[in-house]
Amino acid sequence: MTSSIQLPVPSPLLTRTGWSAFIIALIVVCAVAPALNLLVPADSVFHLSDYAVGLLGKIMCYAICALAMDLIWGFSGILSLGHGLFFALGGYVMGMYLMRQIGTDGNYKSNLPDFMVFLDWKELPWHWTFSDSFVATLILIVVVPGLVAFVFGYFAFRSRIKGVYFSIITQALTFAAMLLFFRNETGFGGNNGFTDFKRILGIPVATQEMRMTLFVLTGVTLLGFFLMARWLIGSKFGRVLQAVRDAETRVMFSGYNPLGYKLTIWTISAMMCGVAGALYVPQVGIINPSEMSPANSIEIAIWAAVGGRATLIGPIVGAFIVNGAKSWLTVAYPEFWLYFLGLLFIGVTLFLPNGVVGLVKKLKGGAK
Amino acid sequence: MLIRKLFLFTSFCLACNAHAISVDEANAISMGETDARIEALNQAVAHADTGTALFLQALADDAVKLVRGKAIVVRDDMGVDPATGAEFALPDDAEDVINNNRMRGEIDSALAALRLFSKIDSVRMAAVQQMQSDADPSKLALIEKAFAAEQNPKIKDQLALVRAAALLGSTDKAQRLEAAALLASSDQSGTKTILLAHLQTESDGAVKAALGKALREVESRLAWGDKLGAVFSGISLGSILLLVALGLAITYGLMGVINMAHGELMMIGAYATYVVQGLFQRYLPGAFDWYLLAAVPVAFMASALMGVLLERSVIRFLYGRPLETLLATWGISLMLMQLVRTIFGAQNVGVENPAWMSGGVQVLGNLSLPFNRLVIIGFALFVLGTVAWLIGKTRLGLFVRGVTQNRPIASCMGVNTARIDTYAFALGSGIAGLAGCALSQVGNVGPDLGQGYIVDAFMVVVLGGVGQLAGTVYAALGLGVLNKFLEGWAGAVLAKIAVLVFIIIFIQKRPQGIFAMKGRSAEA
Repeated sequence: MTSSIQLPVPSPLLTRTGWSAFIIALIVVCAVAPALNLLVPADSVFHLSDYAVGLLGKIMCYAICALAMDLIWGFSGILSLGHGLFFALGGYVMGMYLMRQIGTDGNYKSNLPDFMVFLDWKELPWHWTFSDSFVATLILIVVVPGLVAFVFGYFAFRSRIKGVYFSIITQALTFAAMLLFFRNETGFGGNNGFTDFKRILGIPVATQEMRMTLFVLTGVTLLGFFLMARWLIGSKFGRVLQAVRDAETRVMFSGYNPLGYKLTIWTISAMMCGVAGALYVPQVGIINPSEMSPANSIEIAIWAAVGGRATLIGPIVGAFIVNGAKSWLTVAYPEFWLYFLGLLFIGVTLFLPNGVVGLVKKLKGGAK
Repeated sequence: MLIRKLFLFTSFCLACNAHAISVDEANAISMGETDARIEALNQAVAHADTGTALFLQALADDAVKLVRGKAIVVRDDMGVDPATGAEFALPDDAEDVINNNRMRGEIDSALAALRLFSKIDSVRMAAVQQMQSDADPSKLALIEKAFAAEQNPKIKDQLALVRAAALLGSTDKAQRLEAAALLASSDQSGTKTILLAHLQTESDGAVKAALGKALREVESRLAWGDKLGAVFSGISLGSILLLVALGLAITYGLMGVINMAHGELMMIGAYATYVVQGLFQRYLPGAFDWYLLAAVPVAFMASALMGVLLERSVIRFLYGRPLETLLATWGISLMLMQLVRTIFGAQNVGVENPAWMSGGVQVLGNLSLPFNRLVIIGFALFVLGTVAWLIGKTRLGLFVRGVTQNRPIASCMGVNTARIDTYAFALGSGIAGLAGCALSQVGNVGPDLGQGYIVDAFMVVVLGGVGQLAGTVYAALGLGVLNKFLEGWAGAVLAKIAVLVFIIIFIQKRPQGIFAMKGRSAEA
């Protein structure tokens, strides 16, 4: 008798409509937005202002973070309150390269970054060794957050720390890192961090073309990560992850060791945040230790929660909704922003466990 | 400044002999090379009186001018002759007397030496303390005189040390040896500085050995003070952590609610204290010193009521979903912070210590225990005792423990579990309010007050183990002492980082904390 167990058929990466939407998004990011910003005259209704480009670019970086958070929280059930750390680490690696690119154009006309001259340092500290090379910087952007996450995750998951314990310890981790980066002698510019960037690869950062390039790069990265996440979640690896999320003990009794699965997704998630940070820094022009504050990391979680956990489009939507509201409210009603954010945290957890995407699905289902 | 002058006026009648400062002395102190001026100063001080003191004070205040080669004190835009006290109009060509830093130091120590004769104990004590590190043989005569006249045994002991320190500079070897032996019994940090300085300049071998011995003895005594000081500030920090963590031990440890707004409940307690203080200032200024006693129950009630509100409106819908609770309470904390900013402003507000809490107990020469810290330690113990009694001995505590252990059975036994949840949460929140009330006495009160403690507080609970009050106590005190010891060794920030790393490693070994609940559950 042949086995009648139905093996799950791998679902396609995206459905037909999914692919169409994806292509449209790609075109919008790579062609429509640059055209509206660079070619359409500034007084036209269709002109995309530089401010909007900067804002959207920034939010797309946040969306990458939210996607990374969703992979680890929504699909693996591990709430990290330390993703701001990985974001900042990627940002700092990029920032070190950008600081070196300033060359001798700083206030002190020295070959060293200004803050080192200020501290009376004579040579670059050891951890700045690779900051001159763009290729090394690109590698380190992924490797540094990845390595930190791997080491921390290995010890945490090995002793089966999970749930709230894990969340609190990741928060302590980012808090400790923040204190460390605030110190001048660690060589990361103290509380001022890095700023006043001039060039990337010898090209000035502050031009409209460079901004657009970074925007397109961020958009493509976001879409690329989306596809990658989609593929990961659909694979057997992703299925085991979701099983670990739902019933870890049962998965272990079935002969799987969750350590490798959790550690892999945790490291991947951290690397994605690092890339987001590296894209973020040249666009906003500053990186300082406050990016590692526990509050920032928790905010990443709320982006994912607002959009809808355990869906991949949700976190991206959530990042846009929350940060769009933030950039509007902090200008229009600065004193109400924290009330709004607080209410969002409470409202989403109480009334929208599946986020906006879940709500839309439910409404559609109700209409049928 | 005026008070200091008054002290000087009153202080010299005892030691006064008829000798006033002479014109020559005043001129020699005010003009010429610094070395010569210092010598003149020391000579004048050796037989000082009220006139000398006033002149030196004027010199220190830059109120001495030179008129045609003569030193004149300027008072209310009039020139005063320092020797006779005669007043005359100040001519236009008066030059300022310039005192360099070395001269200033000498003048200050001379003034301190003169203050040894003040009638007020505290002024004499302060003068003795100041002289500890800059006693030299030129003031020996004065010190001897003060030593002979001194009645207060405490000050006399200290003066003996100053005298010994001055003797160290003597040319007589026997005197130096005697001084070294005397100084060995000192417990002042100033003595160490003096011994070190003389050890470097001393040429005689026997005296050098005596100095070295004295230095070792003083250092070991000081080391005790330093160590005890670190232990004390560790216990003090531990008591604060304990207050902060006790509330969490109930809401998180017993109820399993991750309350990220715990810090903000503390903040509410601190602001309640601030409000009570304001009310006392306005309506009961006479009883202001006792406002804190009224603030304690008010802070408890304010935070407990807020806790009831939170539990009824948000948290009860999230039992059993810890991660969601975490996010929702974080949202609450943001709103509470903003609420306080709206009402009280974003700036820190000032909360004063009552008079009976300022000052401290001097235990060793370099160790004094401030009263406000001692009161907080006592308060933490009192709260701990009350909580232990409430949880362990009362009916409410029985219900709380019952609901913690087995909710359905407790419910079947007729316990209104929802109400017990509310009570327990209110209790935890109220204790947070008490912690805030205590914190207002040692730190700044501002909207961010809670944020600084929340990570620490959770660390304490995680380290101590969930569901245990004893664990919380040990963890809070342990972390406090560890933190302060590392601080003395590596600085505040590195100490904090080291403690966090330590906890992360510790959790590896004992994921359930120091006192884990024993059980067989695979989910643990």
